[in-house]
Amino acid sequence: MAYEKPLPVVNEESRPFWDACKRHELILQHCQACGAYGFYPRMLCKACHSDKLAWERVSGEGTIYSYTVCHRPAGPAFKAEVPYVVALIELREGPRMVSNIVTPDAESVRIGQAVRVTFDDVTEDISLPKFVVKG
Amino acid sequence: MTKGREPVIVGVADAPLENGMVRGGLNPLQIQALAAKSALEEAGLGFGDVDGLLTAGSWGIPGSGSMMALTVAEYLGIQPVLLDGTQIGGSSFEAHVAHAALALQAGYCEVALITYGSTQRSERQRSLAGRGPGLTLQYETPYGLPTPVGAYAMAAHRHMYEYGTTPEQLAEIAVATRKWAALNPAATMRDPITADDVLASPMIASPLHLLDCCLVTDGGGAVVMTTAERARDLPARPIPVRGYSETTTHATIGSMPDLTLTGAQRSGSRAMQMAGVTHGDIDVVEIYDSFTVTVLLTLEALGFCGRGEGGAFVSDQRTAPGGAFPLNTNGGGLSYAHPGMYGMFVLIEAVRQLRGECGPRQVPDAKVALAHGTGGVLSSTVTCILTRD
Repeated sequence: MAYEKPLPVVNEESRPFWDACKRHELILQHCQACGAYGFYPRMLCKACHSDKLAWERVSGEGTIYSYTVCHRPAGPAFKAEVPYVVALIELREGPRMVSNIVTPDAESVRIGQAVRVTFDDVTEDISLPKFVVKG
Repeated sequence: MTKGREPVIVGVADAPLENGMVRGGLNPLQIQALAAKSALEEAGLGFGDVDGLLTAGSWGIPGSGSMMALTVAEYLGIQPVLLDGTQIGGSSFEAHVAHAALALQAGYCEVALITYGSTQRSERQRSLAGRGPGLTLQYETPYGLPTPVGAYAMAAHRHMYEYGTTPEQLAEIAVATRKWAALNPAATMRDPITADDVLASPMIASPLHLLDCCLVTDGGGAVVMTTAERARDLPARPIPVRGYSETTTHATIGSMPDLTLTGAQRSGSRAMQMAGVTHGDIDVVEIYDSFTVTVLLTLEALGFCGRGEGGAFVSDQRTAPGGAFPLNTNGGGLSYAHPGMYGMFVLIEAVRQLRGECGPRQVPDAKVALAHGTGGVLSSTVTCILTRD
């Protein structure tokens, strides 16, 4: 069955990130000037505005900074998934990202839980980084 | 500031609703034309006097709404010398007040008209829903976060985690706001509710229930501003705009620096400093209430209570009619109306309170009002301080 949920519209700026996801690697931009990690990909470092940014594979580990259990879907494509968990993951390297917590028990999710990345190959071209609670 | 050019509000109007829908199936341009005419009539002015137009909305995009100020000016048959289509979400109209104030003081225009119209309820659509996942949204939209409620829900959860805030405390806000709506014949939802009703209403995005969320209605309105000098010859009681400030902290929730602290900390303190007022001087507070948690976070960020103290602050119906802290006296976005960009209505209600026109919901002797807008996903905040004299 065709994948009906919204897919990222990949551009040249984001392509390295999504290509890495396809290889099941999580990469972030690492500023060579100030040392800050950044997400999402940018032309300039958000902290110091240097353009000396290098892609770097990161741990894929973090904690749940916050979350919501969605009982009303974000459009018809997500209807079959409810209740599902959207979370803000604070990566070990600093940046936060929005993602899903993959779990059979949405109500068990809590802020502060340690998580690690997993990749959901939703199409041939796109693998979405999602997270599971570390057991 | 040049003497006599102090900015004042001289006319306000909002579109009458029936069951949350605009009467007669009007479109957003018709709604704005009628509201503008009413607000100008109240001010004792005509369309020929208007030389500044500030407008925002989510109709006709892409299309006639893409260059919104031009379409509204053309539709109204005016050719203003100030055009401002600032669109920063529901707080846009507070930003318009700020920009109009600056333009009036500088002599850039003489009469500024701010307009808004929405038929989202009649059309059964939420304007934020169809955003395509390009550029910055490609990293969030694929995960199915319902926008905007999901982002506010995550802020609420974080507040509960950090400070022990409870769903019952959030419910207090919905209950108190409904009590104000019961006193306002124009409000959409006027039947009393209890905290148990809020907690028993369907969960939308945890921890926010249906009754923690604003209504989905049509609506529209207009605000007319001019200078104090010009207002001397007009019939309406001028309401001075003493302070204003706008800011942003992020656009997407993944980039919000701290989920329990909004830009209201900055916009609020700057606006109050400009107006020369402190918290104790403010008699009535109108705060954008897209969700109960929006109010809680804003009260803290504005400094009406300390960080983390919002839950205790709103307890025991403190913000209800007769309580110590009159808040959202028209019934708010939670119970009066919410056409998608509610900021127009905090301004209108603040002006009516300061004029003493509010009948059973009038806050006695209201001299200073704070009107605060929040846009996006807690992304933009704009604070205005209005006074009676």
